[in-house]
Amino acid sequence: MTLASDEEVRELKFRDPAQGKALAERLERLTGEIGRAPVAVMHVCGSHEQAIARFGLRHILPRALEVIMGPGCPVCITDVPEVDEGVALAQQGVRLATYGDMLKVPGSAGSLADARAAGARVDVVYSVSQAVELARELDEELVFFATGFETTAVATAAEILRGPPPNFSVLSAHKYIPPVMEIVAEMPETRVEGFLAAGHAATITGWGVFEPFVARHRLPVVVAGFEPLDILAGLVRLVELIRAGTPAVDNMYPRCVTREGNLAAQAQLWRVFRPLGGRWRGIAHVPNGNLRLTDEWAHLDARRRFRIDVSRLWDFAPAALVQRCLCGEIMAGLKSPTDCPLFGRECQPEAPVGACMVSSEGTCRIWHTYGGHPELRTAGEVRP
Amino acid sequence: MCLGVPGRVLVVEGLSATVDFWGVKKQVRLDVVDAPVTPGDYVLNHVGFAIRRIPAEEGAATLQLYQELLQKQNEADLMATDVRSELQAAGPGWWRPCDPRF
Amino acid sequence: MKAQLPIGERITLKHGAGGRAMRALIEQVFLDGAETPSGGIGLAAMDDGAALRVGDRWLVLTTDSHVIHPLFFPGGDIGRLSVSGTVNDLAMMGATEVLALTCSVIVEDGFPAAQLEAVQASIRATSREAAAPIVTGDTKVMGRGELDGLVLNTAGVAFTDRVVPDSGLRPGDRILVTGTLADHGFAVLAARHKLDLQGELRSDVAPINSLVREALAAGGADVVAMKDPTRGGLASALHEMAEKSGVGVVLEERRIPLTGPVRAAAELLGIDPLHVANEGKAVLGVRPDAVNRVLEALRAHPLGREAAVVGTCITEHRGRIILDTGLGRRLLTEPEGEPLPRIC
Repeated sequence: MTLASDEEVRELKFRDPAQGKALAERLERLTGEIGRAPVAVMHVCGSHEQAIARFGLRHILPRALEVIMGPGCPVCITDVPEVDEGVALAQQGVRLATYGDMLKVPGSAGSLADARAAGARVDVVYSVSQAVELARELDEELVFFATGFETTAVATAAEILRGPPPNFSVLSAHKYIPPVMEIVAEMPETRVEGFLAAGHAATITGWGVFEPFVARHRLPVVVAGFEPLDILAGLVRLVELIRAGTPAVDNMYPRCVTREGNLAAQAQLWRVFRPLGGRWRGIAHVPNGNLRLTDEWAHLDARRRFRIDVSRLWDFAPAALVQRCLCGEIMAGLKSPTDCPLFGRECQPEAPVGACMVSSEGTCRIWHTYGGHPELRTAGEVRP
Repeated sequence: MCLGVPGRVLVVEGLSATVDFWGVKKQVRLDVVDAPVTPGDYVLNHVGFAIRRIPAEEGAATLQLYQELLQKQNEADLMATDVRSELQAAGPGWWRPCDPRF
Repeated sequence: MKAQLPIGERITLKHGAGGRAMRALIEQVFLDGAETPSGGIGLAAMDDGAALRVGDRWLVLTTDSHVIHPLFFPGGDIGRLSVSGTVNDLAMMGATEVLALTCSVIVEDGFPAAQLEAVQASIRATSREAAAPIVTGDTKVMGRGELDGLVLNTAGVAFTDRVVPDSGLRPGDRILVTGTLADHGFAVLAARHKLDLQGELRSDVAPINSLVREALAAGGADVVAMKDPTRGGLASALHEMAEKSGVGVVLEERRIPLTGPVRAAAELLGIDPLHVANEGKAVLGVRPDAVNRVLEALRAHPLGREAAVVGTCITEHRGRIILDTGLGRRLLTEPEGEPLPRIC
């Protein structure tokens, strides 16, 4: 009933406590050798933060190492104007399908969940394929409100290339991660000395995409997977590079990531989508950060199929609470959830103020779900 | 759901595979996988699509990777002393090679 | 420690989810003005049932409504669930010999008679299994569209010499679970949504009064707290127990028994099994000296083969559950809103 370690390895789960302890000790040694604190590194993936939180890894990381979550939650960075497009469309009577996380993200005048409570039709799906199947069963239009980074955009592209039914269209709010690392590296206030890159996005794009970044910013980038040992090993390698002063890309997830990446997926992705500059919530302009449908797919582009009228939503001034929300700075890795006066009080998962609390990959939501970082090292001994 | 979960391929039918996740099975699409897939292969599943065929020997290779990191401990102990003296000799600017202000 | 959440203008699905929102609702709406029976355990204790002093014994009383959807799922149905749920609530208070049950039915106009007969057959079979006779009930039919199919309500009554609270834990006590967790919730989720997951996800729904009887016979007064981890899973149940007892709990994640299918479904869906409902399991708090006896007694019973010791109570971090993952530690929080609606 409880897995033995070699069983786990056969299932490609890397969670052995003894190896974890050894890697953590190595990390402690390396960080100590750098000789100053804190050493700050950033990851840009909600799934990395979830894995760190779920396995309680912060409990064993060196105190001198700060692992900051950057703008890696695709739902959280979906900006107000994009949410408004979805809300306006739903209020105009068009049926929407979207991933569950998008439901409660606040726009100018409420979220998709609010629109649904007031009578709009919004279906929650677990995959784009499910949305396409739903469209086949319906007589009316169905718009898939597509969120997620390039890894998820690949699935949307595949379904578009497969040929969805004529009543199906896509409102793309997909995002592309590499450009935002540039933005964070260029922020004057940043203390980040290295990046842990998202392993599954890199499975698609290849680790080669980080070489120009490293050349430009002289910061090491290590690609890491999502098993807890993958993350610890990735951090060990990153701190090694920082200590040695070596700006380089290193791949610590070779079972999934290669230098060129998944060429078949890339071909499909860039046939269907093109990158466009746009605003990310809290981060201002990210050149090439948004993915939009190319002209070849105009007939499936909800922005071109429908006239989306967001102007009537702009009459609503942002709530006073929203102005105190620190999501932007949290997503840029400049502040942490506990710095926000609303965290855990006026802003909770049941009553979120900012996007970071809405999505299962949002920093604030993850911290709240896994209890934040209380000091657990001194808790009572566990007896055998 | 941005989770990427590995599973083992049981059956392949055109662009669709039945994948075993050691307890439940699921249909996974092969439209975007990076290599031809056959029963017995591992694949990485993301929102119902296989985005990577993971070669079978990669489980052991991953363990090997962790081991290499840990074995470096001894070599690193020796090297650390050398590196520190070099850096000190080069002057204070070298202490923060990754600081973007320099 | 009261939940801080305001109720809001309207009751929503999250208020029935078994988590913090539901506790807030009960505390702020239902407990207001509730009386405690003299010398007994009443509504304010928010235990699995009420206990009333009758002579030198306790009469334990409990009631449950069942709205689960779908009505039939792998491993069980609404009928089996309604009988088991009430029998188990009584057992959690220490009352394992059920005196009697009631069963009331509200049916929607147009509901297939064959399905109602199947549900009734299941109710009768489960009642026999638990040796819990159904002595009275009620039947109502509502108009089409006024009710979703079928709703059942059961009430149960039993005597016991000792009431086992859910609040008797002390630092050093061990936490036991009687078997694999999250079976029911995942079975219902898979049956309800088009998740395209093929696998042996079966509900564990069963009356466990005979299992609990064995544990109490072996451990006696050293079984100091009991609760069944229904909606909200082990996390919810342990939170209540820890808060009411004034202790912290350290749980060892790698000791928690899970079936292969549940483990796999949890990874694929990103749902924590510790937040997911069980309908044939119990969580026990046991004094350290009695743990081996109780564990042996549980494992000797067909419904307790996978019983395991999973945690320890500590003095610090009162009301909190600390999860030791093997690699590190984190807090196990209560489930927030509604991952799985209409699970019971």
